[in-house]
Amino acid sequence: MKFAWAAKNYRWPDRRGRFGPYGGRFVPETLMAALFELEKEYLKAKKDSKFQFEWKRALADYAGRPSPLFFAERASKELGCRLYLKREDLNHTGAHKINNVLGQVLLALQMGKPRIIAETGAGQHGLATATVCAKYGLECVVYMGEADVLRQSANVYKMKLLGAAVVPVGSGSKTLKDAVNETLRDWVTNVRTTFYVVGSVVGPHPYPMMVRDFQSVIGQEAKGQFLKFQKKLPDYLAACVGGGSNAIGLFYPFLKTKVKMVGVEAAGLGLSSNHHSATLTKGHPGVLHGSKSYLLQDSNGQVKPPHSISAGLDYPGVGPEHSFLKDSGRVEYVTATDKEALEGFQFLSQTEGIIPALEPAHALGYLLEAKRRFTGSSVILCLSGRGDKDMGIVQKHLNL
Amino acid sequence: MNRITAFWKKGKKALVPFVTAGFPRKSRTPEIVLALADSGAHMVELGIPFSDPLADGPTIQASSQVALENGVGLGDIFGMTEKIRTKSGIPLLLMGYYNPLLAYGLEKFGKDASNAGADGLVVPDLPPEEGEELSKVCRKHRLSLIYLIAPTTPPERVAKIDAASTDFCYCVSVTGVTGLRKNLSGDLKDFLLSVRMRTKKPFVVGFGISTPEQVRHVAPYSDGLVVGSALVKMFLQEKNGKAALRKACLLISRMTRRLNGTG
Repeated sequence: MKFAWAAKNYRWPDRRGRFGPYGGRFVPETLMAALFELEKEYLKAKKDSKFQFEWKRALADYAGRPSPLFFAERASKELGCRLYLKREDLNHTGAHKINNVLGQVLLALQMGKPRIIAETGAGQHGLATATVCAKYGLECVVYMGEADVLRQSANVYKMKLLGAAVVPVGSGSKTLKDAVNETLRDWVTNVRTTFYVVGSVVGPHPYPMMVRDFQSVIGQEAKGQFLKFQKKLPDYLAACVGGGSNAIGLFYPFLKTKVKMVGVEAAGLGLSSNHHSATLTKGHPGVLHGSKSYLLQDSNGQVKPPHSISAGLDYPGVGPEHSFLKDSGRVEYVTATDKEALEGFQFLSQTEGIIPALEPAHALGYLLEAKRRFTGSSVILCLSGRGDKDMGIVQKHLNL
Repeated sequence: MNRITAFWKKGKKALVPFVTAGFPRKSRTPEIVLALADSGAHMVELGIPFSDPLADGPTIQASSQVALENGVGLGDIFGMTEKIRTKSGIPLLLMGYYNPLLAYGLEKFGKDASNAGADGLVVPDLPPEEGEELSKVCRKHRLSLIYLIAPTTPPERVAKIDAASTDFCYCVSVTGVTGLRKNLSGDLKDFLLSVRMRTKKPFVVGFGISTPEQVRHVAPYSDGLVVGSALVKMFLQEKNGKAALRKACLLISRMTRRLNGTG
């Protein structure tokens, strides 16, 4: 499906929670009433100045916002462009995830839900959720694939330290997709008392819209910061895309401008290898986890197990708004392999003294790989998280 | 009129066993369905396996996993349906998640399912709001599209779902996934009575029904019962397939007797 891009009319999702043909609410009936209630409460909170004030205050005092927009001088010289990093890695808990979690947990408090559940891949969303639940005194259960529990053990320990219960999920591919299944099963069972804090712009409506709105603080700040010093907008935005929340957060406030946008998916061991997570590049539209979107699936409609060196990108689906932005041509989606991500990882560490998470290292890897196209341009890259959590994996691959 | 419409015309209550297609082996599915029909089942729900069955508990997840490892696709399932149809006129409901249907193509799915002798369809991750397209296909090919009602469904929505559903509705007995439960909720009776007040069509009750005793308790408040995990579990636990099938048939015949108040 292709559409003509029409910036003026960009008012998605529509009332049915659709971004063009994508999105919607493909969930068991048990959850429908909860989704309608959540949508109503969220739309109320969006206009409620007291809620917005509470959230903004928590972002500032607790999460440490605004995050800097940093000119990466030495990296820029090597790349031949002007690279600006939106430093989401400097937020409390080390990633952009907390922006959304603070919003959703405040909403849960407002709705009187005492129990919070969440899925996590790399552990960053689980960590942010456990953290914020500790702050507000809420019960927290985090579902995490067994494979991810093994490769992100430091985050598991931190979550437990914060008082959350971490439930390893042993079904299917034992990664993020299966953690989402199990969290949805918990929600179906305990929906009356439980708020599901979804970690990305995925899931049934209103989640893709709500998470996008909360993460848009990234793009709004970046736009203001860049304008203030440059008196114009950047040429490019770049961000990694797993579910796609940091990318949407950066892109959304720029959608109606002329700024070019590049989303970088994980190509794993290579696009022809079958071991990748490049949903938009290699997948086909389908339905998983409550919404219609591009999906890695076989010809029988069974979901294919994804692969990425980064647990946060290791997901066979993608947010429905990204599917829409791809089809409409507004955003270009490209890929970086595990190997390119590791190159990006080292590059930023050694040129700027910033160790990135493996997720945004994919975006850096792509910039290195495709540096010619960016020559002379200004680029804002969303540095969505810091790399401490990835030391174990990186040590296995890089012999220093 | 398809076989489901015809069944409800008789005014009887329905006992509906659930069978995962292709579990424990592809070749056994028609035999299992036919044996359950012979034991008194009134309708059979044939489960289409999916890699991510988020409305299912561990038992049906495990059977789906085995079925997928056996390489079962929709083509195979239509083959099984045809085979069952050569020997039995029992109403057949296909139950499957939306994505495999989408991948097959909704129109082609409707046509092939109908030609193979299936009568209806339950899609656990498709609420009526998202069902327009499939509903059109089902009408065209005379397949019943059965929507679900949950304990969390608000009263005014129950009536809406009843109107959107063809022939009957599927009431989920608990907030939760499929699977055995020792005790059904005490509120179940109230819930079913409130559904009765707001529906015009018959409804069956499923999720958690595993014993003849539960059948006896729930039967007066519903038009039928679905039994899934309890049967699937027999095939998971019992290595000898013939023995598992004998046990399953025994359970179904005992449940049928309870349903009609003669056991």
